[in-house]
Amino acid sequence: MNKILVFLEGQKNTLKRTSCEAISAARTLSSAAGIPFAGIIINGSKEHVKCAGEYGMANVINAKHELMETYSSTAAAAILHQVIKSENVDVILFAGNAKGLELAPRVAAKLEAGYIGDCVGLGIEDGYIIAKKPVYAGKAQITAKVNSDIKVFSLRPNVFTATKSGESITMTTKDYAPNLSEDDKKAFVSALMKNEGKMDVLEADIIVSGGRGIKGAENYNLIESLASAFGAAVGASRAVVDAGWRPHSEQVGQTGKTVSPNLYVACGISGAVQHLAGMSTSKVIVAINKDKDAPIFKVCDYGIVGDLFTVVPKLAEKVKHLTGK
Amino acid sequence: MNILVCISRVPDTATRILVGPDGKTIDTQGIKYVISPYDEYGIEEGLRLKEKNGGTVTAVTVGAEASTDILRTALAMCVDKAVLIKADTQKDSFFVAKNIAEYAKELNPDIIFMGRQSVDYDSLQMPSMLGEFLGIPSVSVVSKLVVADGKASAERDIEGGKEIVESSLPCIISCQKGLNEPRYPKLPDIMKAKSKPIEMKEPVQTDVKVTVLGMSIPLKQRIGKILSDSDADIDELVRMLHEDSKII
Ligand SMILES: Cc1cc2nc3c(=O)[nH]c(=O)nc-3n(C[C@H](O)[C@H](O)[C@H](O)COP(=O)(O)OP(=O)(O)OC[C@H]3O[C@@H](n4cnc5c(N)ncnc54)[C@H](O)[C@@H]3O)c2cc1C
Ligand SMILES: Nc1ncnc2c1ncn2[C@@H]1O[C@H](COP(=O)(O)O)[C@@H](O)[C@H]1O
Repeated sequence: MNKILVFLEGQKNTLKRTSCEAISAARTLSSAAGIPFAGIIINGSKEHVKCAGEYGMANVINAKHELMETYSSTAAAAILHQVIKSENVDVILFAGNAKGLELAPRVAAKLEAGYIGDCVGLGIEDGYIIAKKPVYAGKAQITAKVNSDIKVFSLRPNVFTATKSGESITMTTKDYAPNLSEDDKKAFVSALMKNEGKMDVLEADIIVSGGRGIKGAENYNLIESLASAFGAAVGASRAVVDAGWRPHSEQVGQTGKTVSPNLYVACGISGAVQHLAGMSTSKVIVAINKDKDAPIFKVCDYGIVGDLFTVVPKLAEKVKHLTGK
Repeated sequence: MNILVCISRVPDTATRILVGPDGKTIDTQGIKYVISPYDEYGIEEGLRLKEKNGGTVTAVTVGAEASTDILRTALAMCVDKAVLIKADTQKDSFFVAKNIAEYAKELNPDIIFMGRQSVDYDSLQMPSMLGEFLGIPSVSVVSKLVVADGKASAERDIEGGKEIVESSLPCIISCQKGLNEPRYPKLPDIMKAKSKPIEMKEPVQTDVKVTVLGMSIPLKQRIGKILSDSDADIDELVRMLHEDSKII
């Protein structure tokens, strides 16, 4: 192996947390394999580069092009391809978020390289990067390796820990002018709709989700007030979304979103395999359910057997007392 | 419109998964196989586009002889044509994408539908990979789609909101729940599908890009502390989240 490249994404004046996680993973791989690592950002800023430095990344390539003022996955892949070739990179890491999951396989295909997506572990054995990845909706896990010279991986968000290096390093930033034409931009983002004022389950450290046990949309304020006490995002089971009580963007599970927060609180959710598929890698799981035999209790860290209509408001009160939120 | 839908054959999502004797793949005994759920949205979207604009819908899968069962289901949902690209052993995504690309070059479709992920290996790569092999754009995890005036406008969930991606045709759309409600095959169509032809194709071989070394069932190392709904226990929960897990 020769050199690791991490695809970085900015968010206002910092890097996205998932990018910092990828930098930290690259740092670990780099010291295990004894090879250098660098980052690539598209139309990045000084602040983005500085943030990469704080996480121990000394080299950042800033690819600038006006065609990338609106994002295009086909054009981004073209840029990455050029940078990878000119920098002689052979290990490429992406955050496994919406953008990374779309972009990484396209870059891999351009390089005729093997790709392993949604990794939850990366290590080195016998000179190979060994990836761990959930399969069958998290019911099993595989270890796998890429055989091609160039290897591409994406990392499940919030599984790898982002750690600052704590050392001051000398940054080298290289501006790069990619060769792009309109023809590279066959698909591009034409509009963005932010969830105003609402925290997204994909970005939250804590998620409070409701299930069919909540009985109706009108009772969801219970879930919302527990979420607000925690400073958490609101999630839902499919039963709740299918009943029209909550929007699909909040659904957690196999046909919803895959989340991995520090704390996942499941209220009135039975714990069907398809729901577990979306949240089983959460760090701590709390379940509140009136049925002591509910399957969710088999996969939780802390469970409360009781009626959510009395437990949730009490819990919200006590949490609020502690957090002051 | 010339529409291609790629479908993959996976264990029913409620299936209990056990590791097989080779330690690398699942124990396939007694497993019921279905069309990967996201691919059903692809079939439905393809059929709706055809109903609106005319044309043909072709379903393709790369797999062993046994995969004809999901092609029959697609035929019962009323796709016009079914194609099996034969692969007798388990192959990696690169092989599957290359082979679909070979077939797509022959068929020359205006639009290709795939699922967001195949719920066996959850490889999450085929749509972008196929797009690159064909030199056409792809949009992943689409929950709303408008195809008109020679272009596609696709809505997809991103962290913190949604985005609309505009794409020229031909393009690949990877389907997410919410795109549509897939139809159930009707009994007469199920009967008719039994005798419809399935086109068989020999695969092109590719280098093995990814090797699976082992499979395991992840051990759930959860604390598993069950409490009652008493005030004291709720206090205890908050204390543990605060002091033991240090989350709040
Ligand atoms: C292909 C496929 C994909 C799927 N994808 C998803 C997915 O992405 N996400 C998902 O969530 N599901 C998904 N499902 C559905 C899944 O199988 C379950 O049907 C669903 O998760 C059940 O939701 P639930 O737990 O809210 O409801 P239920 O299973 O009905 O559970 C309700 C729970 O609430 C408890 N309860 C009731 N009243 C109270 C009360 N007063 N206090 C406390 N507890 C109470 C009950 O004991 C019960 O355990 C999918 C299914 C299929 C077939
Ligand atoms: N063997 C296969 N044959 C045809 N299409 C497939 C096959 N495997 C995956 N696909 C398609 O690619 C999508 C994404 O799969 P994956 O990238 O493997 O998670 C699936 O939803 C299918 O539409």
